[in-house]
Amino acid sequence: MSGTEPRPLVPVIVFPGSNDDRDASLALAGLGAQAPRVWHTDETLPDGTAAVVLPGGFSYGDYLRCGAIARFSPIMRAVAAFAADGGLVLGICNGFQILTEAGLLPGALRPNASLEFVCRDVPLVVENADTPFTSRCETGEVITVPVKHGDGCWFADADLLDELEEAGQIVLRYAAGANPNGAVADVAGVANADGNVFGLMPHPEHAVDPLLGSIDGALILGSLVDAARLAVVASV
Amino acid sequence: MKATVLVRPKPGILDPQGQAVGSSLRHLGFEVEDARVGRLVDVELATENRDEALAQLEQMCERLLTNPLIESYSIALASDGTERE
Repeated sequence: MSGTEPRPLVPVIVFPGSNDDRDASLALAGLGAQAPRVWHTDETLPDGTAAVVLPGGFSYGDYLRCGAIARFSPIMRAVAAFAADGGLVLGICNGFQILTEAGLLPGALRPNASLEFVCRDVPLVVENADTPFTSRCETGEVITVPVKHGDGCWFADADLLDELEEAGQIVLRYAAGANPNGAVADVAGVANADGNVFGLMPHPEHAVDPLLGSIDGALILGSLVDAARLAVVASV
Repeated sequence: MKATVLVRPKPGILDPQGQAVGSSLRHLGFEVEDARVGRLVDVELATENRDEALAQLEQMCERLLTNPLIESYSIALASDGTERE
């Protein structure tokens, strides 16, 4: 990357109980974005926002249902409006849960089938590389990214699942035999119908430095930064 | 007016908590076919009008207390024994 390339603005939302916001911000900055952390009580996104990240954590202590309370944070109204305008939104783990609760992504996340908190690297199959979140991958490629969650069992009924499969909205799947949570059809990450909102249980922000093992998370976050950069160019 | 909202995982939704509870009950020697674990929310409303209370409670369930994709609910008003599924 040349030093003159624009650094797209990709704010990371901080809810009370978020705990991966710093890692997400650091990872995005390392990949060429400006990634300020934005407090959940803000009512607007920063001017020039090119993409938004909802990080992992335990917003509102996971009370009631994971993400159920955070979705009513003031900033979520701005995030929903941004998404409705075609803005890029990525939800990681708790961020994914918040986006499903908010109705911005299909399905719901339930307690892991094992009832155990899982924390380990998992192999993921990229089912659709033609998205703003996976463009640096190839369809069928297997990448390794860690999970760490107690409520990652994604659910959709058979009709909804068929519809999502048909539309290419199932973007990431746990590799055969590596489903850590009992998710329906091994789904690890799913996009909305327009393809501009994406959520996944694995944590790409924890897999961007060789010191920590895999750097495959950079494929996901780097794709987002690429797309955010294009979004800035398109809006000028 | 006091009310109780019961939230249940819908039929067909995997309920690992219920499975664990069922299995534990069987270990204790109870002949249990199945157990499902939901959630109970006691709500104290400002209104004393039962129709208004029911309307508000339904909205609470739809907007926050349940995720309609995976959960069903029933509402019971303490005052007159009204129950609504």
